[in-house]
Amino acid sequence: MDAGLLEQMLLGALLGLSVYLPLRCGQLSLATPGFFAIGGTVAALLSTRVSALAGSGSTYPITSVLLEMALAALLTGVLALGLGRVVLRLRGIYLAIATIALVEILRVVTLNLEFTGGALGIFGIPQPFNSAAGYAAFTLALLALICWLCDRLEKTRPGRAMAAIRDDELAAASQGINTADTKLLAFVLSALVAGITGVVAAHFLNSWNAKLGNFDASITTLAFVVFGGSRTWLGPVFGGLLLTALPELLRPVGDLRLIVFGAVILVGPLFFPQGVITPELFKWFKPRIRGIPTAAAQGVKQ
Amino acid sequence: MEGLLQLLFNGLSVGAVYALFALGYTLVFSVLGVINFAHGAIFTMGAYFTYLLIGGAVGANGLLAGLQFPFALPFWLALPLAGIAAAAVALVVERIAFRPLRDRGSDPLLALITSLGAGVILVNLIQLLVGAESYSIPVGTLGSLPAALSIAGAKVRTVQVMLLAISALLLAALSIWINGSRSGKALQAVSEDPVTAQLLGINSARVIQIAFGISGFLAGMAGGLVGLSISIAGPYFGIGYGLKGLGVLVLGGLGSVPGAVLGGLIIGLAEACVPADLSGYKDAVSFGFLFLVLLVRPQGLLGRPQANKV
Repeated sequence: MDAGLLEQMLLGALLGLSVYLPLRCGQLSLATPGFFAIGGTVAALLSTRVSALAGSGSTYPITSVLLEMALAALLTGVLALGLGRVVLRLRGIYLAIATIALVEILRVVTLNLEFTGGALGIFGIPQPFNSAAGYAAFTLALLALICWLCDRLEKTRPGRAMAAIRDDELAAASQGINTADTKLLAFVLSALVAGITGVVAAHFLNSWNAKLGNFDASITTLAFVVFGGSRTWLGPVFGGLLLTALPELLRPVGDLRLIVFGAVILVGPLFFPQGVITPELFKWFKPRIRGIPTAAAQGVKQ
Repeated sequence: MEGLLQLLFNGLSVGAVYALFALGYTLVFSVLGVINFAHGAIFTMGAYFTYLLIGGAVGANGLLAGLQFPFALPFWLALPLAGIAAAAVALVVERIAFRPLRDRGSDPLLALITSLGAGVILVNLIQLLVGAESYSIPVGTLGSLPAALSIAGAKVRTVQVMLLAISALLLAALSIWINGSRSGKALQAVSEDPVTAQLLGINSARVIQIAFGISGFLAGMAGGLVGLSISIAGPYFGIGYGLKGLGVLVLGGLGSVPGAVLGGLIIGLAEACVPADLSGYKDAVSFGFLFLVLLVRPQGLLGRPQANKV
């Protein structure tokens, strides 16, 4: 497989995880592309304007990329902490639209500011890797780390509190869960993942402009999660990988590929209302693996 | 004074289109409680239908290259016909993207994704059939009307006056229909509670279809009007309006018809007030406005507050 496509798929999976985190907590936030754009802009600005980061070697040092990630995470985290307090008071579709408004405001501001390069954006972002395969390996490691953290989160108290809020916010609050703080945590984690992903994407794409964080991206990333499933971290990873690859895999059908892509996201929720990957999927496998006889088999014995 | 009047006209004519757009969203939202993300694509279709019906030829790209209807209808006839065609498209969208979910009793949130899928299909279908180039509806379409009118000293484009008049007419017709007719009242009942409405003998499925049909008709008309006043900038041009319409919808209050009108006019006027040297920030103004309103009054200007039910 083409390493460039693999890298895009991995970035798609990371963005899927970013949308997934608030959604697992029952919060439909579409702010991911906004934080993604902030991460990308931070990386683009730092790597092209700060000569101290460039190092002496022929390639851009990875330590500088990690430093950019830390700064992007700090910036998006602080921003999400402040904004989250305010927007998370909204529910359901209102939250979704308020976050869309945020993304649009960010996009328009980036488009018009001098130092972000206006409509053209920032070009010639230095490359820490010489090949797409290098990026793919780095992003795969990042994805594995974030998946592991998500898995840990789902099995600990804050993660379980998130699932409880999703099922019934009032009931969760009555059981002593601090719903406001838990929702805020999910929102901030989502922003961190998106910001860090933006840094990697900016280097990989080599240039960065305001278009990369727009409304289309909000909806596409939401499709990753709804298609893949929003109850375990495997869902958005699966959805992100598959739906990013799909338009490319459909290249043989030529002009029809985006129509087929639309048909897939139209039909997917009809057959998989919970998303393709659900926790039950694993429970369903377990009895067979352990060889527990089924009811029918027992009936035969009697 | 003339400048002010001109500003008012610019703002109101843009706002009227936003209002028409947001009303389409509102009709569907009030009966189903979800947003139809294919609405922008239906708007775009209306614009292309209008272009074809007035006798416009398809460009060189796309499968239908060179297609031209053997007749050229006058604009006043082409516009409502395009609206009807767009309504038919909206009904198809309801059939394939909304009804299957309802039949299965799935989470209404999924309709966001299925309608998005329908929108992607429509937009790319347009691109496949007529290409990605922009089309413009010639000014001559309006016959002998002058290009600009002079009202109290201010020069106003005829198209803008028409836009405003047609929108006002549609809005009036819509509110008379909702409050005065049997089917309009059925729509209100379904938006209150679809199950109870069904028990009281209202055919909810039929009411939902009516809501989609009217929503598509409004979107199609709005598309044709914008196509005439600006141009059809390509298959994706409805998306920006779709987004703005969403903002208008929430600003006015989800599910509120007068709210959608008020929201549209406010955003249209606010955008017209942005000075020319800051015009790049126009879109941010409306969304910033929306964001602030949401924080102070989450239910929107004329919406009802959400109840926190157990």
